[in-house]
Amino acid sequence: MTRRDQLAPESAPARGPRRLIFESGSPGSVCFEAPATEHPGPSLDEMLGGRVRSHPAHLPHVSEVDIARHYAHLASMNFGVDTGTYPLGSCTMKYNPRLAEDACRLEGFSGLHPYQPASSVQGALQLMGSLSAALAEVSGLPGVTLQPAAGAHGELTALMLFRAFHVANGDARRRVIIPDSSHGTNPATVSMCGYEAVTVPSDSQGNVDIRALREALDEDVAALMLTNPNTLGLFDPQIVDICAAVHDAGALAYCDGANLNAIMGLARPGDMGFDAMHINLHKTFATPHGGGGPGAGPVCVTPVLAPFLPGPIPALGQDGRWGLTWPEHSIGRVRSFMGNFGVLVRAYAYILAVGGDGLREASEQAVLSANYVRQGLKAAFELPYDRSCMHEFVLSAGRLRRENGVRALDVAKRLLDHGIHPPTIYFPLIVDEAMMIEPTETEPLEALDSLVSAMLEIAAEAKTDPDILHGAPYTTPVRRLDEGRAAKRPDLRWKPDGE
Amino acid sequence: MRYIPVSCEQREEMLRAVGVGSVEDLFGDIPESVRLREPLDLPPGVSEMEAAAALRRLADANSPATRLVSFAGAGCYDHYIPAIVDHVLSRPEFFTAYTPYQPEVSQGTLQNIYEFQTMVCELTGMDVANASMYDGATAFTEAALMAARITRRTRVLVSSAVHPEWLATLETYAATGVLSCERVKADAGATALADLERLLSEGDEVAAVLCAAPTFFGCLEELERIAGLAHKAGALLIVATDPILAGVLEPPAVYGADIVVGEGHVLGSPMSFGGPGLGLFACRAEYLRSMPGRIVGRTVDADGDDGFVLTIQTREQHIRRERATSNICSNHALNALAASVYLSAVGVAGLESVGRSCVSKAHALRAGLLETGRFSAPWDTPFALEFALVFDGDVERMQAAMLDHGYLAGVSLDQVAPGLAPASTVLFAVTERRTDEEIGSFLKEVRAL
Repeated sequence: MTRRDQLAPESAPARGPRRLIFESGSPGSVCFEAPATEHPGPSLDEMLGGRVRSHPAHLPHVSEVDIARHYAHLASMNFGVDTGTYPLGSCTMKYNPRLAEDACRLEGFSGLHPYQPASSVQGALQLMGSLSAALAEVSGLPGVTLQPAAGAHGELTALMLFRAFHVANGDARRRVIIPDSSHGTNPATVSMCGYEAVTVPSDSQGNVDIRALREALDEDVAALMLTNPNTLGLFDPQIVDICAAVHDAGALAYCDGANLNAIMGLARPGDMGFDAMHINLHKTFATPHGGGGPGAGPVCVTPVLAPFLPGPIPALGQDGRWGLTWPEHSIGRVRSFMGNFGVLVRAYAYILAVGGDGLREASEQAVLSANYVRQGLKAAFELPYDRSCMHEFVLSAGRLRRENGVRALDVAKRLLDHGIHPPTIYFPLIVDEAMMIEPTETEPLEALDSLVSAMLEIAAEAKTDPDILHGAPYTTPVRRLDEGRAAKRPDLRWKPDGE
Repeated sequence: MRYIPVSCEQREEMLRAVGVGSVEDLFGDIPESVRLREPLDLPPGVSEMEAAAALRRLADANSPATRLVSFAGAGCYDHYIPAIVDHVLSRPEFFTAYTPYQPEVSQGTLQNIYEFQTMVCELTGMDVANASMYDGATAFTEAALMAARITRRTRVLVSSAVHPEWLATLETYAATGVLSCERVKADAGATALADLERLLSEGDEVAAVLCAAPTFFGCLEELERIAGLAHKAGALLIVATDPILAGVLEPPAVYGADIVVGEGHVLGSPMSFGGPGLGLFACRAEYLRSMPGRIVGRTVDADGDDGFVLTIQTREQHIRRERATSNICSNHALNALAASVYLSAVGVAGLESVGRSCVSKAHALRAGLLETGRFSAPWDTPFALEFALVFDGDVERMQAAMLDHGYLAGVSLDQVAPGLAPASTVLFAVTERRTDEEIGSFLKEVRAL
């Protein structure tokens, strides 16, 4: 019996999110209907050639106030960047400026139809052109497509470009090399693009094992996909040699841009020798993650690859007017229309506000904040690679598991009771009981200190009372959930009574 | 700098704690040869007030379709968005959250996706739905890849009457060699059944037949016959549908669709120059474990209370890596939230009213345009809210003249889909936002051309 159970009145609402929108409201309630229209002529069924719907869908029957309260309740069970510290490694959960939210809602942007004449969308095309130029400058790679909808979509787009480039050179290659520390999207993308993934190990310092890389490189390798700084939060100092080795084998070097937030204005993937990279606007350029999306994953490439980019691409004509063009050897379309334009507007708003100097400052502070937290935690947890980190770092809870039977998962769940979102856990795969922490530059010092003291408190608790950690969390809207049951007995939709 | 809440004094304190003299010292791993010595060639930061003004200037340099009387559709539609939708979306607990990896503090996002999945099943008539994909075009393509996995075949037949950009997206993915994609001819704005039959009877075995209902041209397909032909050949039927019509139109499941996809921006998301969209994805229960994308399921927590989690994850990239069903690791959760709120706001009665309004006004506009004598019908296939007519003059000039009068006079297929329809064909879409008066005055302008 918890204290809450003892003291809450009997009529208090249930703890879990039990009430679905389908179970709210009352029959007949509706919030919006289109005004009735009277048109003489054929019946609806006649107009639809005998295809009128025979059994209506089951949709909620709720009034506006029911909706407002339902989603207010759902919101209260969610944790966002505005709720508290969100040091989710590899995800760059920085603050989302409201300037950008307002900007994408301006009717001059949100109300645009993609097939309006170019003369009526000059501002939108200029925004896209300016954003492309800014991304080219930050990445050091001048060819840009804003089309991809997400990082994984950008990866796929880039590998398609690589394939088209090799094919154009009469050079069919079949394999793509990825390090063992890579994001899962990398090998999945390789397969989706019809290539075979080859994994190379990392060395004892967390860098690419360059000797293993050289051995794997041959005339059948199309590309290397590399995250740099890598998923351990470490910048690979051999990067120039790595890219050169890749090029020597006739392959191309791809930079997974997930960790761009560490190096803006400090170093550019294009200068390191990368041929292409994707940029997660929802990480580095402060657009919101939206509970899973929409994001945007523009791809930047060298001039040699630019003719293969997907279209259309905004371009300033000689007449001073903006229009849309298609690269000469374009791989085609990777989605419909112009990309996730609403996200592009937000990213541009951020760049405009903070400027080139602000981008560099953001990276410097992100790296300093990560090192500050790392310094505070290195004694209590294991640090698999004891080097100064970039914008994130990876700890191991391996010792806690061996000595106290407490796992990274338990530490993460206990952090929830401190009102802090847990770090990414069990990734990268090469670190035992990994906890990947990325504070970002938008976290106040006080919040960083709270994160450190919460982690230290949990490490101490692991020694004195590990069972507390095994049962955590205790203060969240729901407790640990039975994921095994969810997968074994899938309940993936509500059904009306009697079905 | 704005958005960095650390003062100079605090920064010094942090540097001391880390044990370095300057931030510079933390970047020692970056080789000297690639250190950027010059500042980025970008303008310096400006005040929020100045940035807001600059953004407004760019927005004001556009003439949004929403301020015009728009008859433009072709995959992106000007539907009304009830006020409550954006107010819910603006709650930071929703939009500043990540993918719900920590279910204990993500029940809002997760429950919404569960409700969204239910609504997608209800609209399409299918058994299971995922948490959404990027847009209709990528959902369409992922459906073809899924059918190839299920049938262990790689040849897909796609109707030329689907949206040309969706077809192009599918062909880009197929060009990597993972699929072989062949086009079925279009006839009278819909799939040419004879050509489909011919393609099914020759060549390699077919994984899937893909079509759209309504088609890109607004026409309604003979889905039952297409399903019969596909299934006879052991192929799956993938149908792209417009969810805004689900209140009036029989859902694809009724005709035997195996996978249904759609562009869901019409449910509560603005046009926004065509993105972000919302890829709807639903299928029959037996194919659940071949589905791409995130899926949410209901379960119980340690106290036995109801709760929601991401589930059936052994399909996904973070576990299966190169053997995953797709590389997708996100969805368009915020647009899915918009769709849930929209569908809750309209309910079944409202959705029916919207569908009825679009269909009846579209039919009225078509009849009116034919009456002007300036347009002729390339075909008489039944349609819903969108239709194609051939103009008897220069389409570009007509549209420019109409734009001057405040009208977006449809989409020119010579520009968007050359070769797919007779020359000078214009595609008109009518949503519930168009009034009878607007339609009347537009017809008057056409007559005055």
